[in-house]
Amino acid sequence: MKNLKYILPLVLCALLGLALFRGLSLDPREVPSPLIGKPAPEFTLPSLQDPSYPVSSKELLGQPWVLNVWGTWCGGCRAEHETLLAISRQRTVPIIGLNWKDENMAAQQWLQQLGNPYAAVAEDRIGKTAIDWGVYGAPETFLIGPDGIVLYKHIAPMTMEVWMQEFLPRIEAARATAGSRS
Amino acid sequence: MINKFLRAGLLAGLIAFGGQALAIDTEDAFTDPALQHRYETLNRELRCLVCQNQTIADSNAPLAADLRREVREMIAAGKTDDEIRTFMIDRYGDFVLYRPRMTAQNFLLWAAPVLLLLAGAATVVVVVRRRSQESETETNGPEAGQS
Repeated sequence: MKNLKYILPLVLCALLGLALFRGLSLDPREVPSPLIGKPAPEFTLPSLQDPSYPVSSKELLGQPWVLNVWGTWCGGCRAEHETLLAISRQRTVPIIGLNWKDENMAAQQWLQQLGNPYAAVAEDRIGKTAIDWGVYGAPETFLIGPDGIVLYKHIAPMTMEVWMQEFLPRIEAARATAGSRS
Repeated sequence: MINKFLRAGLLAGLIAFGGQALAIDTEDAFTDPALQHRYETLNRELRCLVCQNQTIADSNAPLAADLRREVREMIAAGKTDDEIRTFMIDRYGDFVLYRPRMTAQNFLLWAAPVLLLLAGAATVVVVVRRRSQESETETNGPEAGQS
């Protein structure tokens, strides 16, 4: 009991140190999305390649899919492009592109030159859909379940590690629950 | 004399930098000053998530301009301030607010000052009681009056 006077401050100090140490490895730029576990915001936007052909989120219901927010002005998008191409070659889920506040011609050229990993690209010229999805910095990648619920959001360029560790297990789990229900 | 220089300096400063401060929001003002006031107040409460230490009123990032446009459109559509805040929180989370709300998650943070004050008060009471007991035993002891 007498030692408590000396031990208690030490313990409190150690706890504070632990909390601050954990803070060192957190990135304040990664804002957690309030959309996780909620229905994905719906959108119907013109396709990048053909404005008369609309890309609608409703058509994707019933399967897991990925929404990748990108723009030609975004350096990180170029960095992740090879990874997206590799992922699209695996044909696990459709990747839908959301071309965010970009120039149509520049975006089309980008896809022609670097390759097109997207099943479809929706053009969000004024950035309204991006706001609905809580996008604040490209590239951002969302995973949406077969029931239209947002399962995961990755902020920063996509890497194979993130895809294998965060996306694939969730895709498989979503497919398993969707399969057992039907 | 000094006053004169000060005034001239202030005026020069205003001319040099005042224009820039206004130029961030290039949209026309609302014709109704009350709406304009609400618009400006809301803009100063909402965080620009690209440049996280600026409000959307202060930032000239494209996202800030888009968010100001959303605020403007919602005010014009007759939405209340709370509805506009909820719109932003639903999309960007509580972090978008510069004046944080009390939620279940951050309750401890809000309560911390009161809890710490109570803990401090409790400590003071315990220490004072103990000391007064000690001094009582001292005055009752054989060396009374000498301490």
